[in-house]
Amino acid sequence: MAEFIEGIIKVWNGYGSAFLDGALNTLIVSFVGTAVGCLIGFGVGIVQTIPIDRKDPAWKRVLLTIVNLILKGYVELFRGTPMIVQSVFIYYGVIIVFDYKMDIYFAALLIVSINTGAYMAETVRGGILSIDPGQTEGAKAIGMNHVQTMINVIIPQAFRNIIPQIGNNFIINIKDTSVLSVIGFADLFFQHKSAAGALYLFFHSASIVMVIYLVMTVTASFLLRLLEKKLDGDDNYDLATTDTLAHTSGMYTYHPKEKTLEDFK
Amino acid sequence: MSENIIEIQHLEKNFGSHKVLSDIDFSVKKGDVTTIIGVSGSGKSTLLRCINVLENPSGGKILFHGEDIDAKGFSLNDYRAKVGMVFQSFNLFSNMTVLQNCMVGQIKVLGRKKAEAEEKARYFLEKVGMLPYINAKPKQLSGGQKQRVAIARALAMEPEVLLFDEPTSALDPQMVGEVLAVMRQLASEGLTMIVVTHEMAFARDVSSRVVFMKDGVIWEQGTPEDIFSNPQREETKDFLSRFIN
Ligand SMILES: Nc1ncnc2c1ncn2[C@@H]1O[C@H](COP(=O)(O)OP(=O)(O)O)[C@@H](O)[C@H]1O
Ligand SMILES: [Mg+2]
Repeated sequence: MAEFIEGIIKVWNGYGSAFLDGALNTLIVSFVGTAVGCLIGFGVGIVQTIPIDRKDPAWKRVLLTIVNLILKGYVELFRGTPMIVQSVFIYYGVIIVFDYKMDIYFAALLIVSINTGAYMAETVRGGILSIDPGQTEGAKAIGMNHVQTMINVIIPQAFRNIIPQIGNNFIINIKDTSVLSVIGFADLFFQHKSAAGALYLFFHSASIVMVIYLVMTVTASFLLRLLEKKLDGDDNYDLATTDTLAHTSGMYTYHPKEKTLEDFK
Repeated sequence: MSENIIEIQHLEKNFGSHKVLSDIDFSVKKGDVTTIIGVSGSGKSTLLRCINVLENPSGGKILFHGEDIDAKGFSLNDYRAKVGMVFQSFNLFSNMTVLQNCMVGQIKVLGRKKAEAEEKARYFLEKVGMLPYINAKPKQLSGGQKQRVAIARALAMEPEVLLFDEPTSALDPQMVGEVLAVMRQLASEGLTMIVVTHEMAFARDVSSRVVFMKDGVIWEQGTPEDIFSNPQREETKDFLSRFIN
């Protein structure tokens, strides 16, 4: 045991700050990658759910069909292959095809974003399709067009419903960005490999890195749950009374009573 | 003779090979309150949904002020803003408050300023008795309250015609009255309405025309007197005898 603690201290003294730098890089790439991936996912999911009307001109139908085919290909390609292979494929592919060496940080962000985008596209599509069709009909019935309906009614609801999956993706990315060390991105796992290789203390280094990953993922999921709770708001609302003679005039908060079984009889 | 706002000619609707509406003919003038009655499955909802083009008719014509709504260049969205719809299941926007529900269409579709939209929304919410609830979300309201907000949302667009598809069928019995009271009030103020309902007292007392449907066909239409006191067809008598004892 004493030997173990000694080893831990040795690794930490030599590489502690490198681990923290790596952890920061992991967090940045996971966070930005998830955020950009979300934007991509929304873009793809929204395009994929554009309805085709029988009154639409032929060119619009053909264009939509082609675009949807390309998007489907993108989603399948990046969901159907490991991110570690995608990293090598994209990084070296760009070097060979465009004769251009991407900045490694940029490459890491690009890969995580594209990969997350493919997963988010499916999530967003599902989120949009799962909204009660009555919401769309309510919007159509007052004359809203598809874009207005999406922006004002459907996307806000779909977004709220998929926040747990966005959070999930973020947590998965914290762990899975460890594969980026394959192209030399200096994330937490990359620092572990350097430390362990230099000191020959694989188990000790891995123990520290395990703890750091765990702290990051547990903290992230805690914060996400907090955010979700906040977004749900409370069940109270202000009842506006306009009767200036009433004792309660002005705003006061109405607390809907808990529903009991009696209410459903 | 006043002009028809809506005129329906030989309307047909098939779902695949299933014929749901055939040869529907009727028209609505300004101030008319038309009720459509008939057993469930007779095509009443489908007819309303065709009028509001939530379903595409398979045949026939719908004219709005004499203009074919299927014509090229006819704006369906502008048309829908003028022909409102109140659903059995309310369909309030669940991400918005009561007030926002009543404002969003005015702002986005009619291009009204926010202040004007809010003023109108408050006016119509007051009319349906829901002004105190402007900050509530739909899920916090009872069915009757939701339906009254849905009516206010439709009214805030100041439509020429308002369609109601069984507005009280999803409500607990004690809430039916509050919604019917609002509808009676609107009828007495001259709002043009087409109402699908099983509330025979409403059909008899409030409407100016009654349309009886069965199996996707209009069997009989006329004044409430014609239909309720002196029905001509066996099918109408049969239907009414089951509703009125
Ligand atoms: N979207 C649909 N697809 C297929 N059949 C439908 C659809 N909507 C309604 N129908 C059928 O059309 C008939 C009439 O339905 P509906 O208009 O809802 O009647 P009502 O409102 O009078 O109860 C029913 O037989 C129903 O099953
Ligand atoms: Mg119906």
